[in-house]
Amino acid sequence: MATATATAPGPRVRARRWFAGFASRETWAAFAFLSPWLFGFVVFTAGPMIASLILSFTDYSVIQTTHNVGWDNYNRLVHDPKVTTAMKTTLIYTAMVVPAHVVFSLGLAMVLARVGRAAGFFRTAFYLPVMTPAVAVGVLYLLMFNGDYGLINAGLHFFGIHGPYWTTDPNWVKPSLVIMHLWKVGASVVILLAALMAVPTYLYEASAMDGASKWRRFRDVTLPMISPAIFFIVIINTIAALQTFDEVYTAFFNASTPYGTDASLFYVIYLFQEAFVNFHMGYASALAWGLFLVIAVITAIQVIGSRRFVYYEGNKR
Amino acid sequence: MQGWRRSLAFTSLIAALGVLAFTATLASAHSTTKKAGTLNIMGFGTGDDVAESRAAIATAAVGGDVKRPSGAFNDQQFLAAVASGNPPDLVYLDRQKVGTYAAKGAFQPLTSCISSQKINTKQYRIPALNEITYKRKIYGIPEFYDVRTILVDNNVLDMAGVKLSGLDTSNWPKLLATAKKLVKIDSSGKVTRIGFDPKIPEFFPLWAKANGVDILSKDGLTPHLNDPKAVAALAYAVSLVNAQGGWDKFKSFRDTWDFFGANNEIAADQVGAFPMEQWYYNVLAGSSPKVKITALQFRNKKRQPINYETGSAWAIPKGSKNPAAACTWMKTMTSTSTWLAAAKNRASIRKAKNQPYTGISTGNAVADQAIYKQTYTSINPYFDQAVKKVLEVQRFSFNVPASPASAEFKQAWNDAINRVLAGQQTPKQALDQAQKESVAAIKTATK
Repeated sequence: MATATATAPGPRVRARRWFAGFASRETWAAFAFLSPWLFGFVVFTAGPMIASLILSFTDYSVIQTTHNVGWDNYNRLVHDPKVTTAMKTTLIYTAMVVPAHVVFSLGLAMVLARVGRAAGFFRTAFYLPVMTPAVAVGVLYLLMFNGDYGLINAGLHFFGIHGPYWTTDPNWVKPSLVIMHLWKVGASVVILLAALMAVPTYLYEASAMDGASKWRRFRDVTLPMISPAIFFIVIINTIAALQTFDEVYTAFFNASTPYGTDASLFYVIYLFQEAFVNFHMGYASALAWGLFLVIAVITAIQVIGSRRFVYYEGNKR
Repeated sequence: MQGWRRSLAFTSLIAALGVLAFTATLASAHSTTKKAGTLNIMGFGTGDDVAESRAAIATAAVGGDVKRPSGAFNDQQFLAAVASGNPPDLVYLDRQKVGTYAAKGAFQPLTSCISSQKINTKQYRIPALNEITYKRKIYGIPEFYDVRTILVDNNVLDMAGVKLSGLDTSNWPKLLATAKKLVKIDSSGKVTRIGFDPKIPEFFPLWAKANGVDILSKDGLTPHLNDPKAVAALAYAVSLVNAQGGWDKFKSFRDTWDFFGANNEIAADQVGAFPMEQWYYNVLAGSSPKVKITALQFRNKKRQPINYETGSAWAIPKGSKNPAAACTWMKTMTSTSTWLAAAKNRASIRKAKNQPYTGISTGNAVADQAIYKQTYTSINPYFDQAVKKVLEVQRFSFNVPASPASAEFKQAWNDAINRVLAGQQTPKQALDQAQKESVAAIKTATK
């Protein structure tokens, strides 16, 4: 068998090839197909991102004259104690919610995979909360997690457990938000269920014949085979957790519920306050880029880590 | 290229152009719908009968087309409109926001509007005008006037054997003792009735004022949040909460109240007393007209009545394309005759529905006198007393002055109180931090 020894082409060659592609009508056809997305990306994503990067070096407030402030906003970001508090809250919440989300949604997907005919009904039932407006979830959260009169503590009381004051005790605010979040795992359950159904049965049969226990089959067959789906869910939910806003804002920072503390001050809430309450758009832009950097670093670490843990069929990696 | 591919590519191109055209249409929609003489108002969508009957009169006075998109004033929406160079002609918003926008140059001073249309500013209540005056210039016209009295559930007092005199906010030890008598905690430790709710963080300016300190200087530039009197006021208000089960239990129970329903906390005897805005008497009159209530004035430590007032206002943004019509609208909406017409209309609507009517509290003192004289009819001794008390306390009003950093200032003291309630800081530590934050915010805003 011949082995490939050719070295990768340099950037100039690659660029030349890329431009040469435009001689082909199919390249133009491909761009025509892509054009709606490209237009949306340039106008609604890349454009605002570039604009916010420029604004992050100014004292833009929409209303007053804008001045260039150099690195002042970034300097303030580094020394702002509220940024530290909000980032700490957000990171702790992310570290709690992502593993909980994966474990819970995987558990539900595995149960659903065994339900058989009724799976369709349960899939729909689990997906319904995903479509519930975030504001409604925020209000529902306050009712369900009420310390003395909430449904959660009533349930715990049934088992003889005296539940905490979830919404007022700073130590329990984040765990309660994690539990509330688990209500909305429907999308991940559907993805994991599809991944579970796609695992070839012969792998289970072969491992069973080799005497593998249920746990061993789960660890050495199921998990590697669905690892791309798990990886996708981890990435998506990490980014979403770092951008948590709606439910928490409704529950703790709304005009009618002004009871937010450091325990519920998430990074994006602080960013929102700076932008749309205090009109510090330039500083808020810097905060947004700070978060972008954090998300980029965490995602890069996850992607590098995935090389060790994620198995792609047909991929030598 | 095969035929089907070509047609698909063509379809995609058409779709892309469609998206482009649609976006361009959306972007230009605002400007194309605007025509000369149109008055565009932000923050005053379709409202209740009081809003609509006055809007009809004001629209006739303006004489042109008036556009009032739905929804309350939204900073985000307003800033987007300003950024696009297409600000509304007139805005309707919380009075406490006017100073901030004025300081940033987003609103026009109303000096020429007031003089050209001969608006009689003396008819408006002074504290309401102070709230919208920045650097000695008036930037808004006051609309509603929210008054705070202590709402008492007579049943609860009777059940606990407590007299009204126990609810004396000028005598803090006595009030604390009364709250302890009124509160009810069951055998499992749950609060089942609150004795006296100090309504913090929302009404902290009232407690500080009662103890002899304004939390912000008259020019809106110097906060007094860590003044020893403000610290003592917060410590006392928190002690009221702590004496009634502590914040966790207190809030847990309060969150279960059916505030706007027939089984509200007064009808269900779930609270002894709490300071509250006057509009809530109207809610109670509609949802539970048979409740036995008493309204008391909030007294400072020198036994003088005090009232923390807030409300809404009209303002003209800089860049308004129709300031003359905006001025006419504001003048008409807040005039005595317009308020009176709206009050008469409401009274007749309520009468037709066999519902009680408790009047309207406006920023126009002359209008209020006319409204209560000409439209108020007796409901029952309880509501009659409450309405009378509301009118009485109006003249003892104070306000948190306009500041270039109103939002940050409010956020600072609000956060401080929440930290104390959550047990994270002492009142002194929390208000020291809030003082530092608000001084920095005002300094930045006035740069």
